[in-house]
Amino acid sequence: MSKTAEQREPLFEVTDLCQYFHIARGKTLKAVDHVHFTIYKGETLGLVGESGCGKSTTGRCLVKLYKPESGTIKYRGKDIFTYTKEEEKQFRKNVQMIFQNPHSSLNPRMTVKDIVGSGMKLHGLATDKDVDQKVEEILKEVGLNRDHMSRFPHEFSGGQKQRIGIARALAVKPEFVICDEPISALDVSIQAQVLNMLKKLQEEMGLTYLFIAHDLSVVKYISDRVIVMYLGTMVEFADSEELYQNPMHPYTQVLLSSIPVADPKLVRKKKRILIKGEIPSPINPKDCCRFAERCPYATDECRNSLPPLRELKPGHFVACHRAGQF
Amino acid sequence: MSENIHQQTEARSVNLTRDQFVIIGKNLEKMESISRPSLTFWQEAWRRIRGNKAAYVSLILLILYGLLAVFAPMFSRYGFDQQDAYAMSQSFSAEHWLGTDSLGRDLWVRVWMGARVSLTIGLLAAALNTIIGTVLGGFCGYYGGKFDMIVMRIIDVIYGIPSLIVCILVMVVLGSGVQSLIIAMVIVGWTGTCRFTRGEVYRLKEQEFVLAARVMGEPVFTIIMREIVPNIMGLLITNLTMAIPSAIFQEAFLSYIGLGISPPQASWGVLAKEGTRMLKVAPHMLYVPAFFICTTVLALNQLGNGLRDAFDPRLRGTE
Amino acid sequence: MDNNILEIKNLQFSFRTYGGVVKSVRDVSFNVRKGEILGIVGESGCGKSVTSQCILRLNPEPPGFFEGGSIKYRGEEIITKTDKEMRKIRGTEIGFIFQDPMTSLNPTMTVGKQIEEVFVGKGNMTRKQKKERALEILRLVGINEPERRYHQYPHELSGGMKQRVMIAIALVGNPSIIIADEPTTSLDVTIEAQILDLLMELRDKFQTSIILITHDLGVIAKMCDRVLVMYGGKIAEKGTVDEIFYETAHPYTAGLIKSIATLDTSKEQKLVPIDGTPPDLFAPPKGCPFAARCEFAMPICSEEQPEDHRLSEEHICACWLQHEYAPKVSVMKGMEVQK
Repeated sequence: MSKTAEQREPLFEVTDLCQYFHIARGKTLKAVDHVHFTIYKGETLGLVGESGCGKSTTGRCLVKLYKPESGTIKYRGKDIFTYTKEEEKQFRKNVQMIFQNPHSSLNPRMTVKDIVGSGMKLHGLATDKDVDQKVEEILKEVGLNRDHMSRFPHEFSGGQKQRIGIARALAVKPEFVICDEPISALDVSIQAQVLNMLKKLQEEMGLTYLFIAHDLSVVKYISDRVIVMYLGTMVEFADSEELYQNPMHPYTQVLLSSIPVADPKLVRKKKRILIKGEIPSPINPKDCCRFAERCPYATDECRNSLPPLRELKPGHFVACHRAGQF
Repeated sequence: MSENIHQQTEARSVNLTRDQFVIIGKNLEKMESISRPSLTFWQEAWRRIRGNKAAYVSLILLILYGLLAVFAPMFSRYGFDQQDAYAMSQSFSAEHWLGTDSLGRDLWVRVWMGARVSLTIGLLAAALNTIIGTVLGGFCGYYGGKFDMIVMRIIDVIYGIPSLIVCILVMVVLGSGVQSLIIAMVIVGWTGTCRFTRGEVYRLKEQEFVLAARVMGEPVFTIIMREIVPNIMGLLITNLTMAIPSAIFQEAFLSYIGLGISPPQASWGVLAKEGTRMLKVAPHMLYVPAFFICTTVLALNQLGNGLRDAFDPRLRGTE
Repeated sequence: MDNNILEIKNLQFSFRTYGGVVKSVRDVSFNVRKGEILGIVGESGCGKSVTSQCILRLNPEPPGFFEGGSIKYRGEEIITKTDKEMRKIRGTEIGFIFQDPMTSLNPTMTVGKQIEEVFVGKGNMTRKQKKERALEILRLVGINEPERRYHQYPHELSGGMKQRVMIAIALVGNPSIIIADEPTTSLDVTIEAQILDLLMELRDKFQTSIILITHDLGVIAKMCDRVLVMYGGKIAEKGTVDEIFYETAHPYTAGLIKSIATLDTSKEQKLVPIDGTPPDLFAPPKGCPFAARCEFAMPICSEEQPEDHRLSEEHICACWLQHEYAPKVSVMKGMEVQK
């Protein structure tokens, strides 16, 4: 990343995004709480965290599957909730999503051709006549062929289904794609296939990704910058190399050290930080550092006030009162 | 142990030649091949229906009844209301295959005329119930909110009133006849399908493929018709099959207590009613319509069970 | 040599479906020793779960059936046992931890009751003894406030807690083998680390053998003494964990190791995927199941099934590359032929 922030063209600007679900009287699930970031054109932004941290909800807010409680989301400078019909249509073409579960993300009653082709037809990229040929082209991109076009999703393996999902998203020539845990449901040998394919397509089509995952090693591999989330809040945000070399938030440190390393000798040597307890419920969280309960370094300050996201180094943001002290 | 394996290797190596050991690398064509035969959803369902003997026999029986209801009265020598004072309450014979009733009317013709009425009512009422229920339930499930709440409260009210009272009221207001029978049944009948569809749609709309269609910008109508409805079609057909017998029963019951069709119009309920009056003299007059009601309802239920299994996604690809 | 408590020889297990027979496990042999953690690694559909479930006869029979082979637990044949005899073995001799703690616990029963279920029909314990044992085991698996948890229902517990309860259930009958089928797949990383540590601790304490089934090489590296790599219903390679990772002999194992992104993989580096899709065991290929996806495939590979080649005391590899006629290649480094 040689370009400075001023030169880069912001694609999505998310300001103070909050997404609450009111599940019962007096009970509020704060799925996303005051999240703030910008995605620049051509980059891959990683969003990582454990289940319930709000990473998927954030992604879904960006494609308007949820209407946020407060905060604004701007796409190319315009609030996405104030679109006219024509702008809406453009937005739907330009912003696509790849889903986590390949088994439920394809309509079981539609053939591959219809699944991939319907978006193209909707956005005027193909007509009834040439849709066959266009679908074949895009299937070739993801390593499938003509024979697969008239088959139904259940006939494919998980990896093939996920590639069909990718083909569907890319068929409409979007510029921004949200990848919501696209490989976590796949077999190890297939994960690399899909990752490589996403990278290749990014280069070819100049795509911008928001890559959501719970696996830090994968996120590190594919992302330029990474956001770590915990219980709806952002805890750390930095360039991916910087984040892994120099994690400042205790939660990031724990996450990094918990990854099982596929190297027995290294595992025996590796020192690990273990934390007790489990992720607390996101319902009516206390107004303090969400990680305080499990944090080995927590002080009274952490248990009483919510730490703001501070820029400790250029481009490295941390939400921790004691960051840098340990 | 290791010796042993080595010996085996030696033994088999005899037939091997060195040119079989040249690295040729991956076989790109084989890699993505799918060896299973391709079956569409409907082909697979049909295959399973055929495998289910009870359901298959039921289906054939129902088709047979349907054909007979259409054609039997046309090709009979007797009219359905043609009385014959010389042949009253006769049992089965070559002249009158299913005997005659107390007015000497041919039961074979009357049974199939009755079948027309009973089956029409059953089919129409069940179909209308399904259509109304599906459309309302679909919207309730997809949109939720106020509309959903109002519809659900209406359903609660309808559930609260005994259905017989509703039927009697409709009959009193509109007069008895096929039309008012169907109207009465639809008023009470759509609620079940509506609740059921609402639940299914509610479940499906959070599925990722529906979300994908929303992200793609598909209009709501397309999403419901292309993404959601085909996926509940199987369940709806099953539901419809199961709803027909209850409609037939209800018609028979209402006609039996004198609220439905009135003679000389025939329906299975009417025939059974006439039969009970003559039970001591000519028991066949009750047994014949009762037999057809029973077999039809049984066959429909069996078929419904078979369809439910055939459409069950969990059973796909298994025996 | 005789501390084998489980010996599996030439096991073949298949399922009947409408289109024919799916051969899920094809000629699998291995043994489990006292106090060891044996890892089985492979992709979905490779037969690893079916193999492990065969040991407790948990596969539905029919449509599943044994085509051959034997499973000997302490010298006793498992395959010919009746349902009633199997029930005695399940829980007390061999415990099973399922993949998904969310669905494998009974939602209508309290945690305590489910643990005590294991004792039903086995020996005569008083209710008090049972409860004491259940509380003891809950404490052992690291559940706080066992007295309170004992009366709670599964939905009141978190995911990690439920998995601990599953482990407690598997452990309560003092089994000599625990089969853990992807015990941490549905858990978050921080919780996964806790559960894996717990399993290690239990092994050290009780000398219980653990068969750990997973697709995650990281888990294997951390936990296991010996490893089986399965592919297409067969064992591709088996050996000690160091042999598998550092003296990799089978191209499939090498492919697995090369295809994972680690923290040290830089952004510019390309991952080396295994192209294609695992074979459909509906119609298993004639030769080596991996042949179509293997970068070292030879004509022989798609004609004949590879034999087992013993490379060391523990290390066995089923690959034609080990044959004397085959060119010498390094499966880890790729195509450079070493002469």
